[in-house]
Amino acid sequence: MWRPLLLALALLPGLAAPTAAQGAGASPSGAVAPPGPSAEIVKQLADVASADAAVQEGAAVALGKTGDRKILPLLEALREGSVYVRLLPGGKKETVIVGDKVAEGDKTLVPLFRAYGREPIVGADGKPVLADLTTLGEVPTGRSLRIAIRPLIDAFSGQSDLVAPDPATRRAAATKMGYTGDAATRQVLEDALGKERDRWARFALREAIALIRLRTGSETERVAAAEALGRLRSANAMEPLYQLASDAQAPAPLAAAAREAIKRIERWGLFTQGIEIAFQGLSLSSILLLMALGLAIVFGLMGVINMAHGELMAIGAYATFLVQGWFTAYFPTYFDYYFLVALPFSFLVSATAGLVLERGVIRHLYGRPLETLLLTWGVSLMIQQGLRLWFGAANVDVTAPRWLSGGIPVMIGVQLPYNRLFIIGLAAVAVGAMYLLLFRTDAGLRIRAVTQNRGMAACLGVRARWVDAGTFALGAGLAGLAGCAITQIGNVGPELGQNYIVDSFMVVVTGGVGKLLGSILAAIGIGGLNKIIEPGMGAVFGKVLILVLVILFIQRRPSGLFATRGRYAES
Amino acid sequence: MAAVSRRDFLKTAGAIGVGAAAGIGFPAVLRAQGGGSVKVGVLHSLSGTMAISEVSLRDVCMMAFEEINARGGVMGKKIEPVVVDPASNWDLFAEKAKQLLLQDKVAVTFGCWTSVSRKSVLPVFENNNGLLFYPVQYEGEECSKNVFYTGATPNQQLIPAAEYLMSKEGGGYKKFYLLGTDYVFPRTANKILRAFLRAKGIPEDSIAEEYTPFNHQDYQTIVGKIKRFSSGGSAAVLSTINGDSNVPFYKEFANQGLRSEQCPIMAFSVAEDELRGMDTSALVGHLAAWNYYQSVDTPQNRKFVQAFKAYAKKSNLPSGDKRVTDDPMEAAYFGVHIWKQAAEKAKSFEVDAVRKAVYGQTFLAPGGQIKMDEANQHTYKPVLIGEILKDGQFKVVSRSKGLVKAEPWSQYTSPDKGCDWIKHQGTYQKKA
Repeated sequence: MWRPLLLALALLPGLAAPTAAQGAGASPSGAVAPPGPSAEIVKQLADVASADAAVQEGAAVALGKTGDRKILPLLEALREGSVYVRLLPGGKKETVIVGDKVAEGDKTLVPLFRAYGREPIVGADGKPVLADLTTLGEVPTGRSLRIAIRPLIDAFSGQSDLVAPDPATRRAAATKMGYTGDAATRQVLEDALGKERDRWARFALREAIALIRLRTGSETERVAAAEALGRLRSANAMEPLYQLASDAQAPAPLAAAAREAIKRIERWGLFTQGIEIAFQGLSLSSILLLMALGLAIVFGLMGVINMAHGELMAIGAYATFLVQGWFTAYFPTYFDYYFLVALPFSFLVSATAGLVLERGVIRHLYGRPLETLLLTWGVSLMIQQGLRLWFGAANVDVTAPRWLSGGIPVMIGVQLPYNRLFIIGLAAVAVGAMYLLLFRTDAGLRIRAVTQNRGMAACLGVRARWVDAGTFALGAGLAGLAGCAITQIGNVGPELGQNYIVDSFMVVVTGGVGKLLGSILAAIGIGGLNKIIEPGMGAVFGKVLILVLVILFIQRRPSGLFATRGRYAES
Repeated sequence: MAAVSRRDFLKTAGAIGVGAAAGIGFPAVLRAQGGGSVKVGVLHSLSGTMAISEVSLRDVCMMAFEEINARGGVMGKKIEPVVVDPASNWDLFAEKAKQLLLQDKVAVTFGCWTSVSRKSVLPVFENNNGLLFYPVQYEGEECSKNVFYTGATPNQQLIPAAEYLMSKEGGGYKKFYLLGTDYVFPRTANKILRAFLRAKGIPEDSIAEEYTPFNHQDYQTIVGKIKRFSSGGSAAVLSTINGDSNVPFYKEFANQGLRSEQCPIMAFSVAEDELRGMDTSALVGHLAAWNYYQSVDTPQNRKFVQAFKAYAKKSNLPSGDKRVTDDPMEAAYFGVHIWKQAAEKAKSFEVDAVRKAVYGQTFLAPGGQIKMDEANQHTYKPVLIGEILKDGQFKVVSRSKGLVKAEPWSQYTSPDKGCDWIKHQGTYQKKA
């Protein structure tokens, strides 16, 4: 009868636990009570629930500094906001962690856990205690508290993260520890550095160690740290270095070292900015190229002004969305690979749509560009409305697979996103495949033959109509592929096509109708120019200026970069 | 027993049919004309670009009408909604408003989302002495006698959000990147934010300002700039990016290696309804400032959310019970109830009487008690800062103490102007 009660008392940290714990330990029956928290911890557990934010934060930080792993659940619960105070009989208060809500009629009930060690609280009957949420007092957790807790949780998880298999995790752990760490952390980091093999993780470790030394070391150590940070070109160190450089109280050699380091880091910053602009230009160019490639074939080789090109892209994007849905439903374990299936699938779906479009209507209107323009515009509206009816007017959610999220660090301060690298690669592959197809295969020979002289090609036995249909389907399929790629960087909605159609035409017209090489050069030119202009002038004005430049260019060279030959020019 | 001939049968059936039609039909006509009901207008775009956002407001208004009608209507009269579709076309907004006021003679209108649509209907409501309840946060600098603003003014959303980020609790940020879509709300909002930050001693070179076109997708350059801007730490982004441009922005932000702990994004135009069609993984941990979230834990909000999901399912609305509620929807919802209470207090549907009765009305809205201002046509609201969660909901991390009074004219950009319809005629010059 008394034993469970004594045990319960021993487990109540908020209830002046030291005496209770001693009582339990001294009980003749020798109840095995887990080692209770020390008096200091008990006091801090109560202070964590304080309404005074400073007291609360102090207590949480002190708890975290104990290094006691049983504190970790409480810190995590504080970040989630699931720490409450319950009133015990006798007016005492206890800090508890609450579990997931259980709805029972009008009431919301929650299971309770000890703040120390997160063991479930059981009642006298041995069942877990369920409390009405409204009878508990919520412990407010402001952002500053959560910011203060973050490094403490990190310190717990940081040490295990420093030996994690993924180098990115190790890198992030080191950087985090560098912002807030002290001399003890420095030792841990130095040990880790001895074992680390990954280049970027080593860099992050060195940076973190230097940042800690800059804050906590002796004067010679701080000078050395400032110099090291300069050598590391650490952008994260700019703020403390600026402070040192402008601090009149700082010792002269330290301030000088800081100024020298700032100069190095700034120079490096200019260099990385150049690299970044080059990459951004390349990325934008590859997207433009991918969008324009299909159009270049349909418009350039066949002379059809396909206003539904954007909608064919939208069909490709929605096909990707469907594939994602199937993977979620049927192969959730292989979800990350859905995109590899979506690429050919979106190509096929759009190509089929293109084939239907060509066989159904466009073939009746060859050589009548104005009518095809109106017709394909009408088709584009129909596809748009169809997508809206089928999938709803709101955007749909295409989740990036894990291998396309994040980026790869290539040099200090430059991280290249995987999705953009992938699209650059995809564009290169698509262009290469197009080149091989057009210039190295029989099918390509026929396409070029029909493009240059339809009548003669037909006389020589080329089935011109089949070639038309095939070429249009190919162009449409490429649009679908572009649509699939775009799901990784933009939105998928019924109006998706409208956002890209103008840019696609701009590239094709600037490049010169009928020339694949022209489109490639135009895409690189427009993309690169855009990214050079944008940092200085802003996105809105950048776009305007690009359009003005294209207009001026077209005025000087009405037929684009390369002069037109082929069916369209002849007619 | 005489056999009933076919002709007789048809005659009888016809007579019964006509009688039944008359029995059902006439009272309906009488109800419409004889004062058994009161007409109200709903002026939200149901097609075009704004439909994504505005359809939800129509839905929540219809739900509120249904609730009120189920409880006996307003002063015994059923609400009869007249729903029109201005199709995201600003000129059509004015035309439809005219139709509602002159042709349908509605007692009140609930509508508009964008500022440009509100500006377009404003003269119509003012010239014909109509009454509009406008439920969306906006840039302020307006004070019309014919509009009740149930959304937030800048001091109920923008300023508290910036204050929060500057506070110790919010992380003590000292540099701010003001980023927005290029139209009237972000431009005005950033003008006010800049004036506020300057007044709080933030130096000019710690504030950056940048705009992107609608539907902008390529945020590489801007994120690169933010990365450099925030490299020393202590910088935050204040974002008025509109609609679906947010997805590529947050994605690029995460992919270039920036995280919410280093540089949080405080958004003013991202709510639960917009997060429905987004891959939220890149947004988690960033912040937003509103006056209501679906996750607000009050009994009346739990009821409201449940009721809306049930209503969406029952009415076969797209997505059914997966629908969410958000700030403008809550403001639209309590706007309907405020109007009902005011009409009952005034014992009239007449615009001027109702308007005077609205002043000082209170209502236990889903997000908590709100109060209509005594003179300036706006609403006292609580301010909540929320953190975006994985499931597209928000966790409230900071809450204003009590209700915040609306300031249609920001004290930071127009310190000499005020709005008062009791002691003054609308906008007036404050004496120095």
